[in-house]
Amino acid sequence: MNRFTRLEAVAAPILIENIDTDVIIRIERLVGNGIRGTLAPWCFGALRYRADGSEDPDFILNRPPYREAQIILGGRNFGCGSSREGAVWSLQERGVACVIAPSFGDIFFNNCFQNGILPVVLDEATVAGLAREVEESQGAGKVTVDLEERVVVSPSGKHFPFTVEARRREALLQGLDEIGTTLRQADAITRFQERDRQARPWVYAARDLAGDAA
Amino acid sequence: MAATPQAARTLFAKIWDEHVVSDLGDGAVLLHVDRHLLHDLGGSRGLLDLKQRGLSVHSPHLTFATPDHAISSAAGRAGTTETGWNLLRALRAETRDAGIRLFDVGERGQGIVHVIGPELGLSLPGTLIVCGDSHTCTHGGLGALAFGIGSSELSHVLATQTLVQRRPKTMRVRFEGATAPGVLPKDLILHLIGVIGAAGGTGYAVEYGGSAIRAMPVEGRLTICNLSIELGAKIGMVAPDDTTFAYLQGKPYAPRGEAWDRAVAAWRELASDADAVFDREVVIDVALVAPQVTWGTSPEHVVPVDGLIPDPAAEPDPTRARAMAAALDYMGLSPGGPIVGTPVDWVFIGSCTNGRLSDLREAADVARGGRVADGVRAWVVPGSEIVKREAEAEGLDRVFVEAGFEWREPGCSMCLAANGEVVPAGQRSVSTSNRNFVGRQGPRARTHLASPAMAAAAALAGAIADVRRDG
Ligand code: SF4
Repeated sequence: MNRFTRLEAVAAPILIENIDTDVIIRIERLVGNGIRGTLAPWCFGALRYRADGSEDPDFILNRPPYREAQIILGGRNFGCGSSREGAVWSLQERGVACVIAPSFGDIFFNNCFQNGILPVVLDEATVAGLAREVEESQGAGKVTVDLEERVVVSPSGKHFPFTVEARRREALLQGLDEIGTTLRQADAITRFQERDRQARPWVYAARDLAGDAA
Repeated sequence: MAATPQAARTLFAKIWDEHVVSDLGDGAVLLHVDRHLLHDLGGSRGLLDLKQRGLSVHSPHLTFATPDHAISSAAGRAGTTETGWNLLRALRAETRDAGIRLFDVGERGQGIVHVIGPELGLSLPGTLIVCGDSHTCTHGGLGALAFGIGSSELSHVLATQTLVQRRPKTMRVRFEGATAPGVLPKDLILHLIGVIGAAGGTGYAVEYGGSAIRAMPVEGRLTICNLSIELGAKIGMVAPDDTTFAYLQGKPYAPRGEAWDRAVAAWRELASDADAVFDREVVIDVALVAPQVTWGTSPEHVVPVDGLIPDPAAEPDPTRARAMAAALDYMGLSPGGPIVGTPVDWVFIGSCTNGRLSDLREAADVARGGRVADGVRAWVVPGSEIVKREAEAEGLDRVFVEAGFEWREPGCSMCLAANGEVVPAGQRSVSTSNRNFVGRQGPRARTHLASPAMAAAAALAGAIADVRRDG
């Protein structure tokens, strides 16, 4: 997993509420097992291209300097809808490492941490204020996100502290993989299943009951 | 945060607590997964990822798979793309290698993951169910704790049969009273989303209760829970009761004999205690709910069918007003006029929301003896092979075909348009699925969500119609 410590980068305001993961990446881009590494051109495809397939110059990520944005300033309920982790992969392949929004879809929020993208929750007025500063500088003013210090710094130097669960922060700072960590609990999982099999045998016996044991 | 054993607990808390393998601190716990459902889009990817890591599947007997998302719904599955076939071949090979039961094309048991779990008795009260699909909340209709996960979590479950999770807050929604004729479970949940918004449930596990839920058959409860994610809630659930037990008894993977009696006794204990406290309570008087239809690009953009297309100029919140204006523009609608009478090109009846037998019956009741309007294409896609066979056994397929609908093979089909089954750009569809997002049914396709009866009425009328008048 990618590590995340501190980032000073161009931030692109996309202050639309309920941006769903279908809008971030269309499903047909995710059909197949060899899709990783192919997604960057299709990130925000629904907003980025016009009907004839050409780039829409009005969409912010098509304009310099926002083309290089590594931070997205999002609206309420960012990343709602489908659980597709491809939404996070496409953002990552496009170079985005952090999304700052007033609230997130639960599954998207979780998927971000699994891939080393940092989702930061700041209240709506603060996100709007960051967007205003960025726009006033025409994107030249960079936003800093410091995970060690848990603070977002605006282009003009205003500090906005944010909270992040300690476990998740640690995992991002070190690039830890969750599967490896959980496998260290293999004995606890075995003990749980042994105990549970006595308490709820029907959960474990389904295939025998249906007569299609392996 | 952890409840003491004596304290009144919610349905959610009882199931959650029973699945904690260990407390990881800082609000995170390791939860045991009882059922892991795999589908063709993400299943083989996850199994291959595990191989690459040199790991094996921890509990293959708790893992079940079926193709649904990427296969065509055409006869003989003609129309499945090369990539779709490759995904199916990979799913077959990898599930065989891992010892996972696959319900394959043409076999009883194949279908949309969220349709087959309940109908096979794989989804049971009190179980913790996950799947790499956000509509896993559907299974909560049986009193399971079920939620969607991403690809990384999917690999984590395959490798460990557990998940790291944080306890959500709890919300109870009570649907009270009796519905008017023509009003279906889909209308109740769309109405709720309209009232509390597409983010109203974010961060919550929602329990649906009240007299309307108690009186509702299991399939309706599954429809209600299915749309929890469109309310922002990863988890939606209904306390199991005699209706649930009657539905499950005799299902192929449900316990039987002495095991059944023991299971039912345990399931009876799951309902929220009378004095359990929820973080948020919402009450809906269902008698006041009319058939619903969406007008925009979020499920919260919903109105009663006899209502008006809203005007962004009347919305005080500027962000919301902007979103409304963009949605109207995308949908090709002008504010202020009635939604009824809006001409439609497509009708899609199916999906994990409304692809079950009772849904097809509701649609067939409207379609019977009628005729799909000129210029409208109307598809009926059963949610599973079992639904298809049962519907055919009672002649529903003939009702649809005689009325000019196309009767197709089970799968997700036009709900997400992953396999070329798309509503053409600019065309308007009334769909019984769950998402009216921009481009969901195909690039620039315009989707109106509605109940199966409303969708059938739209097919006959060639326009959005009020099933109470035109049904
Ligand atoms: S029917 Fe639609 S919503 Fe349901 S699982 Fe399939 S694609 Fe997802």
